[in-house]
Amino acid sequence: MADINLSRITKSFGDYRAVNQVSLDIHDGEFVALLGPSGCGKTTLLRLLAGFEEPDQGVIALGGQAVADPANGVMINPEARNLGIVFQSYALWPHMSVARNVGYPLEVRGLGRAERDAKIAEALSIVALEPYADRSPTELSGGQRQRVALARCLVMEPRAVLLDEPLANLDVHLRETMQQAFLDFHRRTGATMIYVTHDQAEAMAMADRIAVMDKGRIRQVAAPETLYREPADHMVAGFVGAGAVLPIGDVSMRGTGRCSVRLGEAAIHARICHKAANNSDGQDLGLCLRPEDVWVDEAGTLRGSVEDCVYLGGRFRLQVRVDSDQILPVYATRRARIGETVGLVISDGWVFDRSEGEAA
Amino acid sequence: MQAASRLRGFMPGFASPTVGNRSLDRLLPWLLLPVFVISILPIARLAIEGVFVGGVPSADYIRDVLGSSTTWRATANSLYTAGLGTIISLLIGGAFAFLVALTDIRAKAVLVFCFMIPMMIPPQITALAWVQLTGPSSALLNALGMAPPMGSPQPFYSAEGIALLLGIQHASIVFLTLRANLRMLPREQIEAARLAGARGGRLWWQIILPLTSPGLIAGTAMAFVTALGNFGIPAMLGIPANYSTLPTLIYQKLAGFGPSVLGEVSVLAMLIGTIAILGVAVHHRLLGKRDYRLMGMVGRPLDIRLGARRTLVEAVLWTVLIAILVIPLMALVATALVPAFGVKLSLANYSFDAFYEVLFVQPSTIRAFHNSFMLSVGAAVTLVAVCLPLAYVIVRRPTRLTHMVNLLVEVPYALPGVVLAIACILLFIRIPVIDVSLYGTLAIIFVAYLARFLVIALRPVMNSFSQLDPALEEAAQACGAGLGRRLRDILLPLAAPSAAAGALLVFLTAFNELTVSALLWSAGNETLGVLIFNLDDSGDTVLASAVAVLVVLVVIALMSCFQLASRRLPKGVVPWQT
Repeated sequence: MADINLSRITKSFGDYRAVNQVSLDIHDGEFVALLGPSGCGKTTLLRLLAGFEEPDQGVIALGGQAVADPANGVMINPEARNLGIVFQSYALWPHMSVARNVGYPLEVRGLGRAERDAKIAEALSIVALEPYADRSPTELSGGQRQRVALARCLVMEPRAVLLDEPLANLDVHLRETMQQAFLDFHRRTGATMIYVTHDQAEAMAMADRIAVMDKGRIRQVAAPETLYREPADHMVAGFVGAGAVLPIGDVSMRGTGRCSVRLGEAAIHARICHKAANNSDGQDLGLCLRPEDVWVDEAGTLRGSVEDCVYLGGRFRLQVRVDSDQILPVYATRRARIGETVGLVISDGWVFDRSEGEAA
Repeated sequence: MQAASRLRGFMPGFASPTVGNRSLDRLLPWLLLPVFVISILPIARLAIEGVFVGGVPSADYIRDVLGSSTTWRATANSLYTAGLGTIISLLIGGAFAFLVALTDIRAKAVLVFCFMIPMMIPPQITALAWVQLTGPSSALLNALGMAPPMGSPQPFYSAEGIALLLGIQHASIVFLTLRANLRMLPREQIEAARLAGARGGRLWWQIILPLTSPGLIAGTAMAFVTALGNFGIPAMLGIPANYSTLPTLIYQKLAGFGPSVLGEVSVLAMLIGTIAILGVAVHHRLLGKRDYRLMGMVGRPLDIRLGARRTLVEAVLWTVLIAILVIPLMALVATALVPAFGVKLSLANYSFDAFYEVLFVQPSTIRAFHNSFMLSVGAAVTLVAVCLPLAYVIVRRPTRLTHMVNLLVEVPYALPGVVLAIACILLFIRIPVIDVSLYGTLAIIFVAYLARFLVIALRPVMNSFSQLDPALEEAAQACGAGLGRRLRDILLPLAAPSAAAGALLVFLTAFNELTVSALLWSAGNETLGVLIFNLDDSGDTVLASAVAVLVVLVVIALMSCFQLASRRLPKGVVPWQT
């Protein structure tokens, strides 16, 4: 029905390729996050989808119908796409009341007063803002404004809700509350949601699938846990999660998808991706270690010196230098002195192909 | 709630998506056409007049005019008075803007209001007031027994006199643009500089001045171009001293020789137009290189503490205001009250005869008030209606064409009013296809006003569109609102304050306008500016002063109404309001 299909989308601004040959299929009702560092093209991709930008190449289809297809001269205006969008700046109209802001899509569609009021009330109740209906948006807090913007999307019953870094202007405490609000909204309405963010924690907490973008390309699309445990390449491994990516050379296979890697004096048992497993010469392989898979243990054969120790509340995060140029983040239960030598035990790791080739 | 299925609701209009909005999109650029016609056609017509002699292309006029020493003397005079005047504007307006916007001086609202009055008072009245203030026949000085002896020269009948009054007249232009810029200056940027150790002069020279340079440049350019085209002041002060600037030279040639010199005059007009356009081009070029987008919280007023020097600074500011505003106006009032010109005014012999004469005896005064009122209201309303969509096209759909139009609309305003007036005569004396003449009607003045004041109405609206977060419009677009709806529901209300400000400026400027109407008026179609000029020119100085006093009262009354209403008006409607 309202599947969204992007097929080989390219968009340049002058010489700069903001979006480069991106293909992505989003299923009906799915919550997909577009994650990447600033300038990676995620917002441009969202704006292409919304219709504010026209792609140079490629096809964008909503529910099987092409809405942008430059090769065939198709470009449907944003106002005819029926996509809701939530902006970072909220984009509430200061000259209208909260209720009129929310009801504006219905006003445009020429709905009757009574029907409109009923839908506005319903939408405001979903975002828990009924008492604010007659206020001016300027009187609301940031979180409340964003909920008004969400309610405005809700009343129009869109094919999908696009969110462009909606939490970037909110403080940390409010972010968690708002994340929950977005999730509740998603569960109650079943709307397809596409969420642009540079904050991996946000993406991980909410999305069914995350598309990691870099330099105009999608590097990997996967469920958050897959992304975290099995990053497809160097960029994803470094960008997602607090972990270390170490270059390695010496890998011996231990059955399907398992291998053993030498790191200093230690042999580490790790999972290995299909592509890396077939990389017979063992060149350009990388080992991704997550801090929760590394323990401080005096019995550990891998020795390193503590470079840094930060208290995170309940546990410490150490930066431990092993070898001369490799630093591992490690969670520990006790404080460590800077310069102290500790033993490490590594329980798991992920070996992937570091070469900047075609990403998954 | 079956929300999931609800959300996938069928959208009407989706199947035939683009027709309605796209066609409106395509219609919008056609809006540029009337603008083009009204801004450029008269000027083009004028240019043709200069290069055709008897219907044959010829450089005769150009050779004659450029070969004449009178031309170059007037050009030098124009540049000298406008240049010196701009420096004076910059000093006065700049000092006021910085002090009002950045420091903790008291009574800012009153100060600003008073400072705006010179701009709103027509230049010929300013000139009249200063002439009445100084010189041997000054009613005020005579009443005080301080007048110089009879036969001593009038000090304002000189280049420096013209420059000083031009400077005072246009100081508010620098003030307004600079203060608008200063108000966008976030407190944090000054505070960061102070924390970095900058203080005193360093703070001013290295942080505040560079950050406000866009406003300074824009204000300077506008003051210069306006001074260059000013007719009222050099006409009232320069003609008696036989000191010509380009606008007065053009006026004198036309007044002396009639339509036979239109060719020569059009060359002169092009000369002054070229200088004005050069000024505007330099301004755009300088501004184009700067992108000082100011980040941070805007709206928190910055209050640099002046400490012990505050009282002194305030005293200086008020003294300047009294000198440039109060005293000349007092002189004007004094002249209006003398029983006959040259008679010494005293408490025993003052009379309101002049006011009675202009208000109840001479029908031309009432008629002129009526004409000027209709013209300025009509121009303000029409221009705002045109400028809202026009500003949208220029700001949101920039193309090579809109870029050109953006520059072209400056032309009729930057060009001296005399030039525009001649251009309008040439074009409308007989409109080609329909064979109708507008000459000798109010309509020709109206059309000329539309051309001349378009840019005044356009700029505030453009500014407000370019400051609007594009997301506000995009959000409406995503809600399904087409272009027409977005203009009506979102952009119009949000731009309304600036549109109103533009309309107000157009009204006040047009109400007192002399330069354009000086050549376009006809019996029964006088404007206020023309009336005062003619009265003074024919020696009825007392009557001229009486009308001038009435005009000043009307202007101040109107400004006060806006001031009083400003609390209820949206922010930004009243241009001088903080």
